[in-house]
Amino acid sequence: MPKLSIEDLKKMREDAARKRILRDGESRVRITIHMGTCGIMSGARDVLKAVLSEVEASDLKDTIVTTSGCAGLCSREPMATVEIAGHAPVKYVDLTAEKVVRIVKEHIAGGTVVQELALAVGSEMTR
Amino acid sequence: MQKILQIVEKWGGRKDCLIEMLHDVQTEYNHLPESALRVLSARLSVPLTQITHVATFYASFSLVPKGDTRLRVCMGTACYQKGGNRILEALERELKVKSGEVTPDGEFSLESARCIGCCGIAPALVVDDDDVFGKVNPTKMKKFVADIKKKKQAGKQSAAEA
Amino acid sequence: MEPRLSVLICSGTGCASNKSMEVMDALRKEIATRGLEQEVEVVQTGCQGFCAVGPIVYVQPDDVFYQQVGVKDVPRLVEEHFLKGRPYKDKLYVPPMGGMPIPKLMDIPFFKSQVLVALRNKGLIDPEKIEDYIARDGYQALARVLTEMKPEQVIECVTKSGLRGRGGGGFPTGVKWASARKASGDIKYVLCNGDEGDPGAFMDRSIMEGDPHSVLEGMCIAAFAVGSSQGYVYVRKEYPLAVQRIEVAIEQAREFGLLGKDILGAGFDFDVEVRRGAGAFVCGESTALMASIEGNPGEPRAKYIHTVDAGLWNRPSCLNNVETFANVPMILQRGWEWFSSIGTGDVSQDPWGGSKGTKVFSIAGDVNNTGLIEVPMGTTLREIVFDIAGGLPEGKRFKAVQTGGPSGGFLPESLLNLPVDFDRLVEAGSMMGSGGMVVLGHDKCMVDSAKFFIDFTADESCGKCTPCRIGSKIMLQSLEKISEGKATEEDVEQLERVAHEVANLSLCGLGKSAPNPVLTALRYFRDEVMAHVHEKRCPAGECKALITYSIDAGKCTGCTLCAKNCPTDCITGERKAAHAIVTDRCIKCGSCKIVCNFDAVVVQ
Ligand SMILES: Cc1cc2nc3c(=O)[nH]c(=O)nc-3n(C[C@H](O)[C@H](O)[C@H](O)COP(=O)(O)O)c2cc1C
Repeated sequence: MPKLSIEDLKKMREDAARKRILRDGESRVRITIHMGTCGIMSGARDVLKAVLSEVEASDLKDTIVTTSGCAGLCSREPMATVEIAGHAPVKYVDLTAEKVVRIVKEHIAGGTVVQELALAVGSEMTR
Repeated sequence: MQKILQIVEKWGGRKDCLIEMLHDVQTEYNHLPESALRVLSARLSVPLTQITHVATFYASFSLVPKGDTRLRVCMGTACYQKGGNRILEALERELKVKSGEVTPDGEFSLESARCIGCCGIAPALVVDDDDVFGKVNPTKMKKFVADIKKKKQAGKQSAAEA
Repeated sequence: MEPRLSVLICSGTGCASNKSMEVMDALRKEIATRGLEQEVEVVQTGCQGFCAVGPIVYVQPDDVFYQQVGVKDVPRLVEEHFLKGRPYKDKLYVPPMGGMPIPKLMDIPFFKSQVLVALRNKGLIDPEKIEDYIARDGYQALARVLTEMKPEQVIECVTKSGLRGRGGGGFPTGVKWASARKASGDIKYVLCNGDEGDPGAFMDRSIMEGDPHSVLEGMCIAAFAVGSSQGYVYVRKEYPLAVQRIEVAIEQAREFGLLGKDILGAGFDFDVEVRRGAGAFVCGESTALMASIEGNPGEPRAKYIHTVDAGLWNRPSCLNNVETFANVPMILQRGWEWFSSIGTGDVSQDPWGGSKGTKVFSIAGDVNNTGLIEVPMGTTLREIVFDIAGGLPEGKRFKAVQTGGPSGGFLPESLLNLPVDFDRLVEAGSMMGSGGMVVLGHDKCMVDSAKFFIDFTADESCGKCTPCRIGSKIMLQSLEKISEGKATEEDVEQLERVAHEVANLSLCGLGKSAPNPVLTALRYFRDEVMAHVHEKRCPAGECKALITYSIDAGKCTGCTLCAKNCPTDCITGERKAAHAIVTDRCIKCGSCKIVCNFDAVVVQ
């Protein structure tokens, strides 16, 4: 990686921001597992493993699996966020490996939100 | 000896990295053996008294070996409020040692920890360095200890078979 | 002045792909052209769940939703709504019949009242991918600083913003940077305090784990401002994941030329190393922290020479907290006016005149939602405990909230309307500290809780100065006597006297603030303390020496669960008949009460 100049940084921001926008095709879906210490101890690693193997087993090529830091609501860990192009993100809470497999099957592959596992739709405001 | 020299090497033999080196020694040997401190003293040209001062000042270091399995009960504010002391007492009864001690067979050591930053799922308990259990129940400690023993036994067996 | 209207623009994936960011720029420009900047603020939001009709523009407090807004709609929208005060009909959103089956995130109280600045990337980026941070405007502030600003201008911006240190004391950050800049010396250090010793706080851990680059960018900007080329992040060893993520972030930043020599080709050098703590609370104190980085025992020294003049290796050193640094890029990017529009007081004349921006709190203890929250300074305790954290679990009543950890105090119900900022908390006898908040229900004893903190201090006192070393032991002994029902009024008087002496005479902040838990317990919960002294009774039922366990024969069903779980076999009784506790063998471990399904175990 060559060192960035100011122009490179600006361009990189645009490219990276564009890449984060989901669209139909190779990156239609993103599922983020929240992996801070609290999340991990509540079982986020098992959840992540289950997602990865289910995504592979179902051959969901347009799905990006990623991790992130703590989502703030420790009492409801492990948490995950599912974003599908053109739809509001959905936050799932109190997850286990079994529950998240259901989410991959029903929400990501099937397109219906698993209502009883979902906390809310949408995301937070940043100033 | 070789290990200690590697550790010194890793930190470029810098005196100011003494605490980092002690962390590595502690990870390697489960405590700070006197022989290791002597090597550090010679290599870094820091008097042994100074090294011992550092080693005894910080709670992370121990001059005596810890148990094979280290149980650390979080005693941060949130865990204490949610009964962390009951967890510690239950383990003291179960292992028949006081907090800060090692069981005679060297299998377990029991300590209290200063907040592991997992207040959201208090009370919490850490096994060895990074295996954290949240929302633990003092009445389940007998089973908790038995499960750890079982897991270790199984681990040893499969290692022996392999 | 508070803006009259807030315009919320969705930057979620759906709306962003429909060019919502261009609409936002157009709105900002149009609002400026019409001279409405003071009246109308533009806020970027995450996805609100209306992607099908994006880009969405939402105006508060009017509660008006616009859909499919394009750049060409902007002038009309601004004129009609913001100038003439009537909705712009063409793009008005009419909701479909029938509600959503799942609530919107921003309708959930836990999320609704939060304002994310330091936690802006919370849960949104992969902390181990620098590209994710850059995609969310990361390192843009640094680029601006290095190309367009002089160090003095950076310091002025931070000073005017009103940012005060988030590590405890609330020292104005700009003032500290200005002194560090002025200090003479070729080599200066920028240090980040990630020791987070308060047992009950975890925001710094979360920031280091979730968004490490925000801290590095803040440090880099500070280094440019004060003229430093070497930094250290001091992280407590108990946070292995935070250590790892900061280390990965440093590696990546170096690779991209955002740390190291000639950063961004602008001729500025700065690099950072990580140092792990080793389990000593006092190492959060500035001089002790510096001693520890040097490889010495972490003992504080008197500060008649400030660390900005002679700190680490006796060179000028600028130490700030993790959260303080995480705020810095946002201030440089959005401007000091924006930052100082949030919060309390007025900092235009006096940097100590108010508390600006937001504060992250970790909320734990007896509440329904435990976790991390970020709210504007000045939010009341009541909003935090009851609205955001969802109040206490069923069956528990509020007794106190402890803020600031071992340096803070207990605040009672009568202070729930207190706006939380640096100065109000100090007036109430507590402290902001690093932002730990632990809620105590009615069944928690204040003597026991105060004893918990003094036990902590007595254990963590480094022993260098006598008032702290001996004073904390004396306080602990007095509290033990009280909790055992052996204390007299003189003991309480002595406790109070020693507490004041420790506060006045100790060398460092540890001892100076250590008596706060005791003093607030006596100030706000004196009756409860005195019940231990006069009546030899612990009203909350926690002090072991003053309570007995018994079984309510009316409620007991004889299920034998308690007897099975009793570690000393002191519960007798036949199956299906009422049980009883043999009091002299009872060790008051509470196991029977935990397992009883019929609420038949009574503590008196
Ligand atoms: C006993 C003691 C412990 C402290 N612990 C911490 C800590 O864990 N984290 C922290 O940021 N500041 C801590 N501080 C405050 C620091 O000394 C220092 O004021 C702060 O890091 C400066 O950064 P700020 O101005 O950004 O807050 C502590 C102070 C004392 C006296």
